[in-house]
Amino acid sequence: MTRNGSTAAPQDTVERALSLAKPGTDCVVIADEASNANLRWAGNTLTTNGVAVSRSLTVIAIDRRGDGTAGVGAVTRTGLRPDQVEDLVREAEKAAAQASPAEDVADLAGADATIRSAQSWEAVPGTTDIGVFRGFAADLGETLRAAEAAGRKLYGFAEHGVTATFLGTSSGVRLRYDQPAGRLELNAKSADMSRSAWDGVATRDFSDVDVAAVDAGLAQRLEWQARKVELPAGRYETLLPPTATSDLMTYMYWSAGARDAAEGRTVFSRAGGGTRVGERLASLPVSIYSDPSYAGLECAPFVVAHASGRDSSVFDNGLAAGRESWISEGSLSALHSSRFSAAKAGLPVTPAVDNLIMDGGSGASLASMISSTKRGLLLTCLWYIREVDPQTLLLTGLTRDGVYLVENGEVTGAVNNFRFNESPVAMLGRLAEVGATSKTLPREWGDYFNRAAMPTVRVDGFNMSSVSQAS
Amino acid sequence: MNGQRIDAEFTGLPLRQLADAALDAAKTSGAQHADFRVERIRGQRISLNDGKLQGLSDSDDAGLAVRVIVDGTWGFASAVDLTPEAAAAAAREAVEVAKVAAAMNTERIELAPEPAYGDVTWVSDYETDPFDVPAKDKVAQLITWSNRLLTHPVVTHADASLLQIKECKFYTDGATTATQQRVRLHPELTAIAVTENGFEDMRTLAPPAGRGWEYLTGAGWNFDAELTELPEFLAGKLVAPSVEAGRYDLVIDPSNLWLTIHESIGHATELDRALGYEAAYAGTSFATLDKLNNLQYGSPVMHVTGDRTVTHGLATVGYDDEGVAGQSWDLISGGVLTGYQLDRRMAQLKGFGRSNGCAFADSPGHMPLQRMANVSLQPAEGGPSADELIAGVENGIYILGDKSWSIDMQRYNFQFTGQRFFRIRNGRLDGQLKDVAYQATTTDFWNSMEAVGGPQTFVLGGAFNCGKGQPGQVAPVSHGAPAALFRNVRILNTAEENS
Repeated sequence: MTRNGSTAAPQDTVERALSLAKPGTDCVVIADEASNANLRWAGNTLTTNGVAVSRSLTVIAIDRRGDGTAGVGAVTRTGLRPDQVEDLVREAEKAAAQASPAEDVADLAGADATIRSAQSWEAVPGTTDIGVFRGFAADLGETLRAAEAAGRKLYGFAEHGVTATFLGTSSGVRLRYDQPAGRLELNAKSADMSRSAWDGVATRDFSDVDVAAVDAGLAQRLEWQARKVELPAGRYETLLPPTATSDLMTYMYWSAGARDAAEGRTVFSRAGGGTRVGERLASLPVSIYSDPSYAGLECAPFVVAHASGRDSSVFDNGLAAGRESWISEGSLSALHSSRFSAAKAGLPVTPAVDNLIMDGGSGASLASMISSTKRGLLLTCLWYIREVDPQTLLLTGLTRDGVYLVENGEVTGAVNNFRFNESPVAMLGRLAEVGATSKTLPREWGDYFNRAAMPTVRVDGFNMSSVSQAS
Repeated sequence: MNGQRIDAEFTGLPLRQLADAALDAAKTSGAQHADFRVERIRGQRISLNDGKLQGLSDSDDAGLAVRVIVDGTWGFASAVDLTPEAAAAAAREAVEVAKVAAAMNTERIELAPEPAYGDVTWVSDYETDPFDVPAKDKVAQLITWSNRLLTHPVVTHADASLLQIKECKFYTDGATTATQQRVRLHPELTAIAVTENGFEDMRTLAPPAGRGWEYLTGAGWNFDAELTELPEFLAGKLVAPSVEAGRYDLVIDPSNLWLTIHESIGHATELDRALGYEAAYAGTSFATLDKLNNLQYGSPVMHVTGDRTVTHGLATVGYDDEGVAGQSWDLISGGVLTGYQLDRRMAQLKGFGRSNGCAFADSPGHMPLQRMANVSLQPAEGGPSADELIAGVENGIYILGDKSWSIDMQRYNFQFTGQRFFRIRNGRLDGQLKDVAYQATTTDFWNSMEAVGGPQTFVLGGAFNCGKGQPGQVAPVSHGAPAALFRNVRILNTAEENS
């Protein structure tokens, strides 16, 4: 398993760090090996590009004390040489010895034979490089030239990365996961920049990305924008496509931690104490869930915690994180948690999982939802989403790259952009229709979270708070 | 330059040997330009909940980066192994990347000239390296502060966090070789009151600062005074009336105005955005190049500067990531757009002659981008105090502290909230309000600015985490502002927005 030069295989590094830990103490070691390649273009020409690799080792030392408390020292270093591993272990142990008691102290999670990872512990870590784009880059070059000839300007970004994570603990956990993640974002503008359309594709390996087809779809959207319609701020029946739905639902998911809800600090807190688990939130029987084995959105089926947070705990490293329903048949059914925060909240332990799926609708296509619309707005995507009020989870943000007026079942023109003020929780209560679920790239959060499958949703009275001049 | 020295652990690395290996390999492989960085970035994040340690983690990120121009096309590669072999391999890989990318490039990359500065060093202005302070002492400080908040009967929960960064950077392009080190930290405390009817929270106004541990012990901010008044303000907010939506005059404190400056001026005057290079992601700017020297951005009292030189500024450096010396310049003068933020490529592309030093990469794994300088609204010499500004308002709101923010992709339409809102009636404060957000179009807002406060009201605010670019990068940046008076601004009631 050893490599040439100054590095060692991550599995060997994990084992070595564990063996160097003070005998009889608990220790968690996480090795992350990441590689990334990217291309970026603007105005039909390349702007930046690059490849990057990183290699980091996290040692979490636990100093258990006679009174049942424990100090935790979590130290991460990149580019570590084999001869520096012991220094890192000692640094973590020193930090643990000095640390005040960790509130989430617990036994380390033990090895769980039911966890099935896609790769074996021994296998070489997955990587990527600029070669992942060889076919795509040629297609992109052709697409850029074709756009130039057709009077369109293309802007965008293609990125592919693989992060291989190796988790070992003194309690016997040995788990690894190789997480590929890629995306294409393409923005087409008219030559005078007055019209703009966007589409995004999440991919695991770029073999399924057809950039010319994406561009063709955007060209059609730009045609839709030939007729401009000025509309005022107000509440509109609105069709949110999967990317827009995913950005709102993802933020809601991130806000659905058990601890804050139990402490009375979120929209999921029940007035007077406790949480809203069990309460009906949605007007339709939709389900929102995470599933590490969902086809095309696969992710790690176990907890990896480099540091403790409000609903994560270093003591939970290696704990199974399987399919979990957050909203079932329209009702709040779980809040994500660590063992510690679940106990505080009086709820089952339900660790967060790194994907999100919403389904349970009619299965209608976007085309059929447009055709059944008497008068409403069709959005492309949302942008610059920020929390305004945590009590209601009121979010603000902008529409971007195409708002369309739908009248009598047809797109009749392009509308100005709006600033919205909406709560995804309140929005669930005003769902009028839920269409077919498809894999999508969240426009706003895709940098951090790009494993989502969402439907187009029809929402009554979506709050467009003011008009944005941006085009 | 203060008395601090660059860490021996960093200067002890074979920096010049690595650089020679990379620059030689790049040249041999066909690069016409090559620059090289080694960085070591140390970070520590401490978080507490109700006076108990929730998490403490240390990070130490080191690596090298090579950027090349081959026949007019960029190439970039990085590596984590600090060996001459890895440096040379990264240089060859960067050249290879440029060759793959050439098929898509139609705009030849050229860089504006910059004087050669030889071998130079620079260290930011701080007294005590926070990484020299034992973690237990830092945690103890946060526990003490948390417990102070929790002793107040209205405070149900108290969150505390402290983020500390030390950035060591070596840059060379063969003409300039700069070795630099800077330190910054950001302490935050939030008090939360949970009642039968819901909850309210309030955070400290203390900004992140390019200072050392001394920032938490009295230099640059009075935490003692702020922690004394915070629970009382929170108690007042709990019983405050909900604002009536409408138009009000606003007196905005620098603890809130810095973020409005950041979003509506800082990003809008980045030339790469104005030219469309961020069109697919961060967005463009309404302040396009044709408007230089003729756009009435704001009222005549508006004077905005960009700089990479202000003491304790988060974007302050000696030399940027293209070897350009730190500078200060005008962006808006007398309310008129008069400048942009530039890197060497943008400066050359549009004939500015010289970059004003805004290239920055947030890690060795990323290519430098044009990133924001410290962009600050200048005070009026001999100008009024905040109380004097408030005295000139009949029907208004006084806003302090930042909270929610959002602006559109051309920097027109924005919406901000805050930490504290005080009703102004007939020139005097008249209790707190809640559920307040202000919403405006950038040029309307800044043209409604009637007066700016004097230097005694000026405070340097800022953030650690300004995002831009793909792959995403974060940059620290400061924004100074005086208190300022704005007339007839739209106020929303955020509770009504959700009803």
